Amino acid sequence: MLFGIEWDTSSEWAFAVSILPILLIGMWVTIQATVLGFFVAMVLGLILAVLKAAPLRIVSWPARALTEFIRDTPLLIQLFFLYYVLPEYGIILPAFLTGALALGVQYSAYTSEVYRAGLEAILSGQREAARALNLSSVRTFTHVILPQAIPRIIPALGNYLVSIMKDVPVLSVVTVLEMLNVAKIIGDRTFDYMVPLSMVGGLYLIMTLVASAGVRYLDVMLPKRGFPLR
Amino acid sequence: MSDPIIKFDKVVKRFGNFTVLNELDFEVGTGEKVTIIGPSGSGKSTVLRILMTLENINEGVVYVGGEPLWHERKNGALIPASEAHLRKMREQLGMVFQQFNLFPHMTVRRNLTEAPVRVLGLSKSEARNRADELLEMVGLTDQADKFPNQLSGGQQQRVGIARALAMRPKVMLFDEPTSALDPELVGEVLNVIRRLATEHDLTMLLVTHEMQFARQVSDRVCFFDKGRIVEQGVPDQLFTNPREERTREFLKAVLESEA
Ligand SMILES: Nc1ncnc2c1ncn2[C@@H]1O[C@H](COP(=O)(O)OP(=O)(O)O)[C@@H](O)[C@H]1O
Ligand SMILES: [Mg+2]
Repeated sequence: MLFGIEWDTSSEWAFAVSILPILLIGMWVTIQATVLGFFVAMVLGLILAVLKAAPLRIVSWPARALTEFIRDTPLLIQLFFLYYVLPEYGIILPAFLTGALALGVQYSAYTSEVYRAGLEAILSGQREAARALNLSSVRTFTHVILPQAIPRIIPALGNYLVSIMKDVPVLSVVTVLEMLNVAKIIGDRTFDYMVPLSMVGGLYLIMTLVASAGVRYLDVMLPKRGFPLR
Repeated sequence: MSDPIIKFDKVVKRFGNFTVLNELDFEVGTGEKVTIIGPSGSGKSTVLRILMTLENINEGVVYVGGEPLWHERKNGALIPASEAHLRKMREQLGMVFQQFNLFPHMTVRRNLTEAPVRVLGLSKSEARNRADELLEMVGLTDQADKFPNQLSGGQQQRVGIARALAMRPKVMLFDEPTSALDPELVGEVLNVIRRLATEHDLTMLLVTHEMQFARQVSDRVCFFDKGRIVEQGVPDQLFTNPREERTREFLKAVLESEA
C-alpha cells in the first residue's frame, strides 16, 4: 500500500492496473517539479543573462563565473548544497521546493545562454534605427528587441523543459516522491521491479512526447518576424 | 554660406589602430543639399554615423546647429556628452539606412508612429495623421497596414524615409539609400528624395553612387578618399572638370562600371 492505495498481486495485469493510480500521483509530482523548475530556470536565466550583458565588469564577471560553475558541476551538487547547507543558515524548505529550486538553478545556466543568443541575434541595425529615432533604451528593449527575440527564445527554452522533466528523478535522493521514486518503493515492497519500472518508462515516454510536440507546435505558431505591433 | 548647421572641426575617428577620419574639416550650410561620393571604405558612412550619434569621435569637435554634438559645455570647457545631451541633439537629425532597418514586427504605420508618440509625445491620432500624410507623400497610402516584409525593397526604403521624416528633423542623412535595391526599384526611391530636395528646406547629406542623381539634386558634391575631402565643388564643375587627378580616376572608374 502506498498513498492509501492497495495493490493487487494476483496477476501481472491486475498488479499493473492497481499501481497505475499510485504512479499517476508520482507523475503529478514530477510534472509539478518540472513546471516549477522550468519557471525558476526562465526567471533566473533572464536575470543572469542581463547581468552577464552588463557593461560593468564587477557585475558581469560574477554572473559569468556563477554560470560556468553551475554548468560544470553535477545537478546533485546543487541539490545537496541547497538541501543540506541552506538549513545551516536557517533556511528550511520542503524537499520538493528544494529539488525544484535546484533544477531551476542548474538549468538557469543554460537558459541564460538561450536569452543571450536570442537577444544578440537581433541585428545591430535594429538598435541603430531605434537610437536614430531617439527611442529610450528601455522602450527599445521592450518594444524592438524583445518582441523579435521572444519567438526565437521560446522554442529553445522549450527544449530545456523536456530536459528538466527527465532530470526530476534525481530529486528522489532527497526523498521527493516523484514518479521513479514511487516505482522504486513499490518494487522494494513487492519484489517486482519489472512492472512499475516499465510503466514509469512508458509514462515518461508519453510525457516527453507530449511536451516535445507542444514545443514544436509553439515553434510553428510563433510569428517569425516578432510579435506584431499595429 | 549661411551659418553652417553641421561643422566638423579637426575630427579624428579611429577604429583600433586604423584612422578612418584624420583631422576632418567639413561644413554643411543650413538647407544645403550635399552629396558625398568616394570609394568604399573612405569613411563616408562614418561621417553620417558620427552625426547620427551611432559612432563616437576620438578627437576634434562636431557641431550641429552651433552646439557641440559629442561634447557638452561645462564651465567654459568641453566635456564628453551625456546621454541626455545626445538625446536632445539627436532630435535634429534623421537617418535613412542602406539596409532600411525597418522594425519587421511593426506595421508600416506603426513604424512611423512609434517614435513620434513615444519620443515627441504626440497623441496617437496626431501621430497617425502625420504618418498618413507622409505615406501619401511617398506614395504608400494603401500599404499602411502591411508589414515591411510584405513590401518590395523600394517600398521599404520609402517607408524608411517617411519614418525618419516623421520626427521632423532639420537634417536628413542618407547612407547609400538605393545600394541594396534591385536596379528597377532605384528610381522610385530617388524620386522621393528628389522631391524632398526640391520642395523642402531640409538640410540633406547624402552618400550615393548614383552620380547622375547627385548631379541633379546637390548644391555641392564632396569627393572623399581615405577619410579626407580630396575635392569639393558644385556638381557641374566637379563632374565635368575635376581639378584633382584622384577625382578624375574615381569618376572614370564609376562611369566604366555603369557602362
Ligand atoms: N565598427 C568598425 N570597426 C572597425 N572598422 C570599421 C568599423 N566601421 C567602419 N570601419 C572601417 O572604417 C573604414 C571606413 O568605413 P565606412 O565609413 O563604412 O566607409 P564607406 O562608407 O566610405 O564605405 C573602413 O575601412 C571600415 O572597414
Ligand atoms: Mg558606407
